Amino acid sequence: MARFGIGARVRARAGDPAGHTRLPRYVRGQQGEIVDDHGSWPLPDEAVRGTARTEPVYAVRFAARDLWGAGSHSVTVDLWESYLEEAQ
Amino acid sequence: MSGDHAELPAAARVRQLEDQVIAAGLTTDAELDEILAARYRTGSPASGTRMVARAWANPGFLDRLLADGNAAAAEAGFGGGDGGYGYRLKAVQNTAQRHNVIVCTLCSCYPTSLLGPSPSWYKSFAYRSRTVREPRAVLAEFGLELPAETEILVWDSSAETRYLVVPACPAGSAGLDEDALALLVTRDGMIGTAAL
Repeated sequence: MARFGIGARVRARAGDPAGHTRLPRYVRGQQGEIVDDHGSWPLPDEAVRGTARTEPVYAVRFAARDLWGAGSHSVTVDLWESYLEEAQ
Repeated sequence: MSGDHAELPAAARVRQLEDQVIAAGLTTDAELDEILAARYRTGSPASGTRMVARAWANPGFLDRLLADGNAAAAEAGFGGGDGGYGYRLKAVQNTAQRHNVIVCTLCSCYPTSLLGPSPSWYKSFAYRSRTVREPRAVLAEFGLELPAETEILVWDSSAETRYLVVPACPAGSAGLDEDALALLVTRDGMIGTAAL
């Protein structure tokens, strides 16, 4: 069951996980908007240890201005649900 | 995989990795060769060009492609519901107002079932790091100068979705059939680093 709906404002978790992750560093701590729901896929952070838990994956759109301090484009990044929290 | 390109440093690393997994009994040289051969049999930019040409010629197919890429690929005869490679296919459409470009900042994720093996520049650190930061400048270096008012959408394929750009149909192509339209579609157009 997906926790976030299309249009929700979310924040990518800050900090540096101990092991493998596919949360790119350049979006950590940044706020974006859910623009698509990709369905559920194995969470890579755990799959590398041989478990097969799946989690919803979302397309999250970030404004270049937020990521880099400049730019008019957007960057949409595909993120597993546990990489995200509700925006403050 | 035994054979070609053995002199390249990357090939030596790949060979060492293969030796380890083969020694561990997880696979064999023959199995690896067959997996690659199967990809190259079906994975070619020609598949992507057919998809795009069909979308240009058939608005109903374009709508279905944008709504559910996997189902549309299966309908067009390219792979099963998941393209055979276990990913979600998402098509994004270029228009006069919006330009989409695809990158994988973490590695080199790419819709191989429709575009074949990715070009070497797609895997370069420069392309991966600069496209998310200054796409307009990167596209200009590819020879694509977009109007200032065109909105640029960068898609970082960081999970299990693979993206296919549906380029805008070139002017003057009215009346062409799908075979002729497919000849107008390029690999870079479907990555978003070229317009047609």
